[in-house]
Amino acid sequence: MTLHMTTPATTRQTVLTVDNLAVHFGGLVAISDASFKVDEGEVVSLIGPNGAGKTTAFNVISGFLAATKGVVAYKGRRLNGLKPHQIADAGLVRTFQKTSVFGNDTVIDNIMIGLHRRGDASIWQTLLLTPKVRRQEQALREAAAEILDFVGLGHRSNELAGALAYGEQRLLEVAVALAAKPSLLLLDEPACGMNPTEALNFRNLLGEIGRKKITVLLVEHNMRMVMGVSDRVVVLNHGRIIADGPPTEIQQNPEVIRAYLGHGPKHA
Amino acid sequence: MDQLLQHLLNALILGSTYALLGIGLTFIFGIMRVVNFAHGELYTFGAYMVYLFSVLLGVNFLLSIVIAIVLGIMLGALLEWVLLSRLRGADIDTTMLVMIGAWIIMQNAEQLIWSGVAKSIPMPFPEEPLSVGGVSVAWSRVFVFAVAILLIVGSQTLIQRTRLGKAMRATFQDRDTASLMGININMIYLATFALGSGLAAAAGALLGPIFIVMPTMGNLAVVKAFAIVILGGLGNMKGAALGGFVLALVEELGAGYISSGYRDAMGFLLIILVLMVKPTGLFARTERIG
Amino acid sequence: MNTLAKWLIVAFLVTVPLWLGNQYQYHVLIMMGIFTIGAMSLNLLLGYTGQLSLGHVAFFGIGAYTSSLVSLGFDLQLTDSYTFVVEPKPVWFAFFCALIVSGLCGWFVGKLSFRVRGAYFVIVTISFAEVVRLVALNWVDLTEGPMALNNIPPLASGVPWMEAGALSRRVANYYMVLAVGLVAFLIIQRLVQSRVGRAMIALRENESLAKSVGVDVTRYLVLAAITSAAIAGAAGALYAHYVRIVDPDVFLFIYTVTMVIMVISGGKGTLAGPLVGGLIFGILPELTRGHMLPEVQWIVYGALMILIVFFLPQGIVPAVQRGWATWQKRRDQSARDTSASNGRRQEVAR
Repeated sequence: MTLHMTTPATTRQTVLTVDNLAVHFGGLVAISDASFKVDEGEVVSLIGPNGAGKTTAFNVISGFLAATKGVVAYKGRRLNGLKPHQIADAGLVRTFQKTSVFGNDTVIDNIMIGLHRRGDASIWQTLLLTPKVRRQEQALREAAAEILDFVGLGHRSNELAGALAYGEQRLLEVAVALAAKPSLLLLDEPACGMNPTEALNFRNLLGEIGRKKITVLLVEHNMRMVMGVSDRVVVLNHGRIIADGPPTEIQQNPEVIRAYLGHGPKHA
Repeated sequence: MDQLLQHLLNALILGSTYALLGIGLTFIFGIMRVVNFAHGELYTFGAYMVYLFSVLLGVNFLLSIVIAIVLGIMLGALLEWVLLSRLRGADIDTTMLVMIGAWIIMQNAEQLIWSGVAKSIPMPFPEEPLSVGGVSVAWSRVFVFAVAILLIVGSQTLIQRTRLGKAMRATFQDRDTASLMGININMIYLATFALGSGLAAAAGALLGPIFIVMPTMGNLAVVKAFAIVILGGLGNMKGAALGGFVLALVEELGAGYISSGYRDAMGFLLIILVLMVKPTGLFARTERIG
Repeated sequence: MNTLAKWLIVAFLVTVPLWLGNQYQYHVLIMMGIFTIGAMSLNLLLGYTGQLSLGHVAFFGIGAYTSSLVSLGFDLQLTDSYTFVVEPKPVWFAFFCALIVSGLCGWFVGKLSFRVRGAYFVIVTISFAEVVRLVALNWVDLTEGPMALNNIPPLASGVPWMEAGALSRRVANYYMVLAVGLVAFLIIQRLVQSRVGRAMIALRENESLAKSVGVDVTRYLVLAAITSAAIAGAAGALYAHYVRIVDPDVFLFIYTVTMVIMVISGGKGTLAGPLVGGLIFGILPELTRGHMLPEVQWIVYGALMILIVFFLPQGIVPAVQRGWATWQKRRDQSARDTSASNGRRQEVAR
């Protein structure tokens, strides 16, 4: 873990900035005021107790939900008001908290859908089935196989996604997101429901993803994973950011401990 | 001025029966998530039952209406038991297709039994209309309005005040929690569908004598019911009641001031407009997402 | 389905006139073909994007009216001094106008419902069809209303050798319907087996996930609606020039229901589904005609629809495919078992 500490944060360029974000649902305040940033190549974890507003923050960043107030920007470009697919085009790709794959399609077809952005055949070319379309289709199929091998699902490629084991489905989700060629990957509780072996493998995969120069923003409850993979941890509680720093610092932070343990420390 | 007042009055009376139709449909959709395409056929059924009892069998007119409503409730319960109870957990498209099938069967059965010739039902009210300050209204329409309002208030009371209503509302809010609390979901669904069907049959029983009774009368009724429900926001009961009056008003004014040929088109144009501007319905509050 | 089987079916359809002599049989075949094309177009929306269009007959009727009006010629008094006049045009030109106008209507409905899905989409499409029907009924200056447009030129008008007798006109109509059907099938096949089709299926299967990986779902929904509407419009135009009389009844809801039943029973979201459904529900009414009243026929349809949803929710084609796969697996399994036991026997013998 000390390995991460040696990288000086100043040399990195900030890619994602969230400024004074607020999200209200009618009278309910999901996020009151949150600001944080993510640097290029970093693995940042967003943690907090249930209902702290983590998934809400994800939904806003990825364009599934409109912010009540505040600005989200990626590489200097304002994301507010963009549609999810436009945000994916900007390089931000998310996964979902609830397992989310195309269950009635084969594993390889799932990846093919993920590769959607890499194809550019026009309607007319598609209807005429031009050589270019055939070549592109072939290239996409090869790229899909490569991605499946990368996450270790190559041997499952012709099975229905819905028929995979739970841990494999979660892996497939990440693979589908990777197929969309993200420069920033937003993972919403990817290890939730994985058994310890799967979780360990997943940690290694996260390392591999980092080596591909993909920035990662992670929401996760598995603290061992969070502390193990993150360069930085941002803690949300009651829709507000209460701490932001390297894992070792966060583990010591009294406010964070209080947030997680309720009001326990008061008695101490 | 008097003409406008007359239109408003007509809209109020027509709106009361539209509201009945809409409440029944939204009730079924809100609680059961079933898009009930057979709703218009229950409306038709109600009208024919009044014809059967009051004209063919010579039963008292008022009693015929009561019988029609009760039979509508029973037919609804039967449909729920035969078709929908076997489809718990099926997706919304599946139940929709089954209800479309039921619609086709019921309409053609009506055609077979009653033939395509329109029937009319005489009403036992004075010919002389009730005139108040320049506007006049037939007694039969006053009667329809009174009964419709009575039924709307009655169903509201049922939902707000009774144990059954409470269970229905709980199911509407959250089916899983309701079933954990020991509410018999199957019973609730049966009651919901029966009640919604009863309201549709009531609307038919009331409007049938005013207009004419035909096997195809349900086609427009079902689409109008959907228009009403969309105006009010799917699953919103007060919205459906208001939606009924809004649709009637638009139709009445459209027919009066634009063209009577497009009377029935007004509702559909209204649906399209509402969905363009505010897909959640005119009277829906913003819901929490996710 | 493999390529050979496909070519055999096409060859069979092309040679039909060689052994079919009866006018009535042609009529059944042509009507079946027209409605199967309608079902194919509906399947693109319902089967692939997952959006049920219950107003599909609107596009069919718009195609029928457009092609009829353009081929008959019409005039519209726009202002007191200006009248827009369209002289009668050749049928092929009218047919293309029908494609374009119904495609535009598809675009309109697709755009209109860009925010609504599921039940709302169904209701938008029904409303659209109702409005169009009422316009056709009331805009008497243009459509003749309930008096109907008469004497619509037949499809093959202008082709001399086909104008000879009633039978050869039927043959010509048959080939026209077959050609349009094949082109429509090819268009739909290429769309759904491409990146475009994957995007549509993604929209059906999991809209949020599709959006998150960069699929512009509105774009593909609109695209599907345009294509679907244009093909339905083509079917409508074929119908108009075949029957040669068009009235507001072309917008009858039962036509939509016929197409829906064809798609659902055959298997939505499969290429062969609407063809199988079209075959069954194209022939069934003819077989039962004379034995049943039309109302009873419809009751049987409704009942069949419910039974199919209950017992074959995926439709006939996927059920057959699954049955075939299971049978093959079992056959392979038993073949392996016998060879294994043979091997064991040999070992014992040794």
